[in-house]
Amino acid sequence: MTDRTHLLAALEAVRDPELDEPITALGFVSSCTVSADGDVQVRLRLPTYFCAPNFAFLMVADAYDAASGVVGVRRTEVVLEDHFAADAINAGVAARSGFAQSFDGLAAGELDELRADFVRKAVLAGTDRVCRPLLAAGRTTDDLAELTLGDAPASADRERLRSRRAELGLPSGDESPLLVDARTGEAVGAQALPLHLRRARLTRVNAEANGSMCRGMLRERYGARGEGELEEDQ
Amino acid sequence: MYEKDGEKYFVVDSHMHYWDASPENWVKGSENYAKGWIECFHAYQGLGPPETHWTIEHFQKYSEQDLLKDVFEDGYVDVAVFQPTYLTEWYTEGFNTTERNGALSEKHPGKFIVNTRWDPRDGDTGLKELAENVARWGSTGVKLYTAEWREGSRGWTLKDPEAYRFLEKSQELGIKNIHVHKGPTIWPLDKDAFDVSDVDHAATDFPDLNFIVEHVGLPRIEDFCFLATQEPNVYAGLSVVIGGLMYARPKFFAKVMGELLFWVGEDKMTFGSDYGIWEPKWQIEGFVDWDYPTDEYSDYPRVNTATKKKILGLNAARLYGIDVPKEFQLPAEAGKPGAKDDAQLVDDGATV
Repeated sequence: MTDRTHLLAALEAVRDPELDEPITALGFVSSCTVSADGDVQVRLRLPTYFCAPNFAFLMVADAYDAASGVVGVRRTEVVLEDHFAADAINAGVAARSGFAQSFDGLAAGELDELRADFVRKAVLAGTDRVCRPLLAAGRTTDDLAELTLGDAPASADRERLRSRRAELGLPSGDESPLLVDARTGEAVGAQALPLHLRRARLTRVNAEANGSMCRGMLRERYGARGEGELEEDQ
Repeated sequence: MYEKDGEKYFVVDSHMHYWDASPENWVKGSENYAKGWIECFHAYQGLGPPETHWTIEHFQKYSEQDLLKDVFEDGYVDVAVFQPTYLTEWYTEGFNTTERNGALSEKHPGKFIVNTRWDPRDGDTGLKELAENVARWGSTGVKLYTAEWREGSRGWTLKDPEAYRFLEKSQELGIKNIHVHKGPTIWPLDKDAFDVSDVDHAATDFPDLNFIVEHVGLPRIEDFCFLATQEPNVYAGLSVVIGGLMYARPKFFAKVMGELLFWVGEDKMTFGSDYGIWEPKWQIEGFVDWDYPTDEYSDYPRVNTATKKKILGLNAARLYGIDVPKEFQLPAEAGKPGAKDDAQLVDDGATV
């Protein structure tokens, strides 16, 4: 028998592609239930009625896949609530049709490239999360150019960075350079490194500020906390 | 005018509105959109201090008296720049048109600057309308929405040849400032409406026009900053940044301001309240009092009184050619507000 804990754990692996955070932590899962027979129902909610429908579609589709993959689940229903494109998204995901097909004439092409762009941004943001403590501990930028991923102290941030790099097919083993170009996978040389790090910080600031604003808007819209929602680090 | 600790600030609100989103103005059959739109705006207001929140009824349609009181009487603003948003597919008389804004401006001379808009898909008719609006309302700026879907068209970009015709015409008519909305939109559904790369091309080819990216490309601040470092005539419109972050998310407000000050610089950032989403009063008072909260921010550029004077009014005054009385001006050593030639350009050809 499947319990809610397994379902929630599966949903934790679903990320908002733009914010690179789990939909559970962000408070986007308003409810999730599993019946004794293994019928799953997940309800999702977003910060505004007009949140970008392309990202909304990805999250609903990913949540569907994650829930369906839990052992013992027989039937899955994922419903997006209170969104201007909810009907088209819910029907498209339930029918397993792609994004473009779900929005006849309003969308061309699938979203793989857009998603990859945001994983590249996640690599940059993750680079700042891993490198900033090293610099604070006295390492110089020249030092960083020589380090490998395995040289950075083990941490959740390092593993998150590793996993995003792997997702893009970039070098992600312990022996790979700590700093790589998110498009080519080439090591970032000492000369280019200061600017690279500034960009990494900027990309992280953007993602985190954006995520913080989304949380604020969600709280304005809904009083109740979401399933698995985490308190924001303010 | 705002005065604090003996310092006088000339205030230009370079991005504000006078809208009508009341149910009487909703287009039949599009009520869900009209209602959803204004409720979404209203939720943004929730990010400001609780004592500044309005009821949804008031928010849907505020009066001329409300605006005058909130913006000028209580809000310290010397000159306010109207930015139109038409949305005529949802709102019968439009949400916030050049005409609606212009009519109010005519009743209160000297208070407002009336910007207009254009859309290259309107072709020759649009060029004619642009000329008429400039002649009628004296517009020296426009607000553009590049991602708007219309009758099967999936939006447009500033680098389209048709857009270049309008940019040329704008220049010929004496328009100086191109405010580009890069932010949420509805259609087309798959396009990244926040993409700022088209501004790059237009800014290079029209060096005499100023391109003010409103909402600093939020949530794509990094793309905007990379762009701004390469184009001297690209400016950061702070609407939403101060209103949406300063009170509700102070830690991120400090970081975003630090990044903008580093990449874009204090001469190229302009205050906009986004009224009626947020009243200017608390934003101006809070910003004048603001500094980085802790030492954690020590590697960001410092802010001082001159920084704030530039951002709150002197930069926009320069862009719009507004005469600033001597008592509000800065000494020469504080730099040139709004100056594009002081921009620190970074050009390494790298992309993300």
